[in-house]
Amino acid sequence: MDLAVAHETISRWQFGITTVYHFLFVPLTISLASIVACLQTAWVRTGKEKYFHATKFWGKLFLINIAMGVVTGIVQEFQFGMNWSDYSRFVGDVFGAPLAMEALIAFFFESTFIGLWIFGWDKLPKKIHLACIWMVAIGTALSAYFILAANSWMQHPVGYRIDPVTGKAQLTDIVRVLTQNTTLVQVFHTLTAAFLTGAAFVVGIASYHLWRAKQGKETDRRKTAAMRTSLRFGLAIAVVAGLGTAISGDTLGKVMFEQQPMKMAAAEALWDTQAPAPFSVFAVGDVSKGHNSVALEIPGILSFLAHNDFSSEVPGINDIAAAEAAQHGGQPTDYIPNIFVTYWGFRLMIGFGMTSFVAALIGLWTTRRKFWLAPEHRTGEDEPPKLMLTRNREMNVFFTRWSWRIGILTMGFPLVANSFGWIFTEMGRQPWVVFGLMRTRDAVSPNVSVGTQVLGLCTLTALYAILAVIEVKLLAKYAAAGPNTDEKPPAKDPTLRGPSDEDSDQPLAFAY
Amino acid sequence: MHLHDFWFILIAVLWIGYFFLEGFDFGVGILTRLLARDTAERRVLINTIGPVWDGNEVWLLTAGGATFAAFPDWYATLFSGFFVPLLIILVCLIVRGVSFEYRHQRDSERWQRNWELAIFWTSLLPAFLWGVAFGNIVRGVAIDQDKNYVGTFWDLLNPYALLGGLTTLALFTFHGAVFTALKTTGDIRHRARVQATVLGLVTAALAAAFLIWTQVHTGNGWSLAALIVAVLALVAALGANQVGREGWAFGFSGVTIAAAVGMLFLSLFPDVMPSTLNDAWSLTVSNSSSSPYTLKVMTIVAVVFTPLVLLYQGWTYWVFRRRIGVQHIPAAAHH
Ligand code: HDD
Ligand code: HEM
Ligand code: HEM
Repeated sequence: MDLAVAHETISRWQFGITTVYHFLFVPLTISLASIVACLQTAWVRTGKEKYFHATKFWGKLFLINIAMGVVTGIVQEFQFGMNWSDYSRFVGDVFGAPLAMEALIAFFFESTFIGLWIFGWDKLPKKIHLACIWMVAIGTALSAYFILAANSWMQHPVGYRIDPVTGKAQLTDIVRVLTQNTTLVQVFHTLTAAFLTGAAFVVGIASYHLWRAKQGKETDRRKTAAMRTSLRFGLAIAVVAGLGTAISGDTLGKVMFEQQPMKMAAAEALWDTQAPAPFSVFAVGDVSKGHNSVALEIPGILSFLAHNDFSSEVPGINDIAAAEAAQHGGQPTDYIPNIFVTYWGFRLMIGFGMTSFVAALIGLWTTRRKFWLAPEHRTGEDEPPKLMLTRNREMNVFFTRWSWRIGILTMGFPLVANSFGWIFTEMGRQPWVVFGLMRTRDAVSPNVSVGTQVLGLCTLTALYAILAVIEVKLLAKYAAAGPNTDEKPPAKDPTLRGPSDEDSDQPLAFAY
Repeated sequence: MHLHDFWFILIAVLWIGYFFLEGFDFGVGILTRLLARDTAERRVLINTIGPVWDGNEVWLLTAGGATFAAFPDWYATLFSGFFVPLLIILVCLIVRGVSFEYRHQRDSERWQRNWELAIFWTSLLPAFLWGVAFGNIVRGVAIDQDKNYVGTFWDLLNPYALLGGLTTLALFTFHGAVFTALKTTGDIRHRARVQATVLGLVTAALAAAFLIWTQVHTGNGWSLAALIVAVLALVAALGANQVGREGWAFGFSGVTIAAAVGMLFLSLFPDVMPSTLNDAWSLTVSNSSSSPYTLKVMTIVAVVFTPLVLLYQGWTYWVFRRRIGVQHIPAAAHH
């Protein structure tokens, strides 16, 4: 492999690995922060113990998760300079601004209030303590917003000019960068996808506990009560967020058909411009010949996805590549991203994510407690729900067992969908790192040797692998243990003035 | 004043904030080996920084982000040039962050001991390496006309920079000991004071050598003033510690850090990364900064949000103002 190619390839692998890894934790953090905040709000408002136990339980899993999100985030912030220094020089004027805003506005917010929330149970008045977790939730959403504004600018550069002297991008309109449609739709899509992810996680773990309770392996009714509430809450969020993900994804698709037609043509393996264009269900492409050797298609649907119209024209890969080559020079093949990855990335994103959505929709119906249900089939709030198909008809044993199992098995599906979504988004943009302005191969650090890069790639990958094992084991341990129902809510509400003399030797409510 | 001068100052302030705050954090991590005698005492130390270390670390992220936004070339040259030391720092910060969070998640003694060891080493290495990095920035490194660092990793380990590393290591450990004396109660508090004296004397010797070397090499009138402030503050911190005025001692050790870091930046200005190959190739505040428009936008953001951050971070320290002793540590850490 020649040196320039090695440089680019290693840097891309490193960025791909670290970013996909970071984004395994991020969607869970974003959604669990809000879910915990909602549960704690319910506890503060109703005083019911089940909400307290649920808050503590999901809060615990949330903290194990956010620790990894935070530490992997630091790498993200550094590696633009370490591995992509020419990129940083070229875009810093524009791209640095949202990144610095993210740190100053979002990271300080979330990291400070998370400390207050973790250690503040016995130090802060109940309502202020509750406000802290809401602050964390807002902080995570803000950090997603700023980083996505930065990413959207790479997908669709706006509000800049190229400095005639230095040849670098220069910011001219920050408001456009922060409010262009790519940013807004991407934020909407990523946030809804994050909530689908967290909801599926909650549903999966709650299903595990309820299924055990159903089988008589778990007899602690307070645990069941906390898990039943969590299940219903999770299912409801999954349905709403799933719907939101589909709507925002469809909108994002329409935006991308306009801004990066190549990415969407690649997503469909649509080699030649067609009107009306079909939606591809399955395809095996042949890149060297520029067409699919096997294809299964539904007519007209792609036209609809692109333009809300079943017969409009959708440009194909070959035509777009020829046009880009005419505009930017080089061969048409230089402008074709990896079709296999983009095509299947797009399908796996939708497939995995939407499976969770459909499962949640069914679950929300079958686990209902009162609505359209004969009184003799209603179960108490501290019992596992029956899975009711109609007013009087319960699922048979076989389907019941599999329903609970599906709840557990689909727990990580949206997580997988998120990874494929990003891999599709980023690889579909290739060969550009900033669409139309800078190629990925020109973005690397010219002075960092291949050996050093390999060192970085191997070190981080190995460290991440070890941490993944530890993290998964810890999560599994605490998820399987379930809520600690012996724990009592704090007996008295602390005041802001601080501890009185009588309890100055009391042990801390929480200590590392 | 040009906006890029203002941003130079602001970035100096962010680094001062970072070293002031994470300085004692690192120090406390190092003291888990030097000062604490048993698990309970180690947990006392860890819990003095438990609620705040994450927020402290964000000062680094902000310094990095602000450099990216205000001086893209500085960010690019520095981070790609110092790739290997930064990689080590990254690994340390990653392991350190999870250590705090994961140490108490299992009851196994071996598990906890391993994470405690991790806390020690991952506090010590960055405390040293940041000094090495700043030593090199001030001294100048081999930067070519394309603004790229062309030296090797080993070039970064020159005597001046290594002395800088030892200085920050000692200074942060001292700062941590003073912080521990301020935040703990019982036996450990008294031992922290005793150790602070020893650490303060070591720091004084190293810092004097490093800062005077800096002054001779690249100093100017302003940096000399900062040097004098740093020395006086360190003496004051030692004195206050001696007479048991812990709050004052911490304040003065903080001033020492601020003045010492300030001195480095003052002796740097108007360069941000001097080149040892050719003066014309040095990165300066004007040839590496962003456009005036970006600087203006970022100035507005900084002016609005920095005071806000100081306000709520300050409030956190107030909420957790109570001293911690072994009696406050709950037996098992289940939650
Ligand atoms: C649970 C996860 C999930 C689910 C179910 C979906 N997506 Fe998605 N999608 C993502 C998670 C995701 C993501 C990982 O969050 C991405 C990566 C970049 C982004 O903004 O969101 C993404 C990107 C992404 C893009 C590329 C955006 C770009 O290049 O900037 C398009 C066109 C779609 N999605 C469209 C859809 C459609 C039509 C869906 C079906 C109904 C869909 N997504 C479901
Ligand atoms: C968090 C979700 C994200 C994921 C999962 C993700 C994923 C990826 C992947 C897989 C690559 C490698 C592409 C390839 O090898 O062709 C990549 C490249 C890259 N992404 Fe992203 N990305 C994410 C968000 C971002 C954001 C928010 C930014 C900008 C702030 C960004 C900037 C880049 C850059 C600079 C590259 C390197 C150039 C390239 O290979 O395209 N990414 N990303
Ligand atoms: C879509 C892409 C991304 C989103 C939505 C996102 C969001 C988040 C969120 C919510 C956190 C909080 C803690 C956690 O993750 O658990 C976080 C942490 C972090 N992220 Fe990302 N991130 C993304 C990609 C990136 C990229 C590309 C960078 C690089 C600039 C980055 C830098 C960071 C940093 C530095 C932290 C640590 C903050 C702390 O200490 O609290 N993130 N990110």
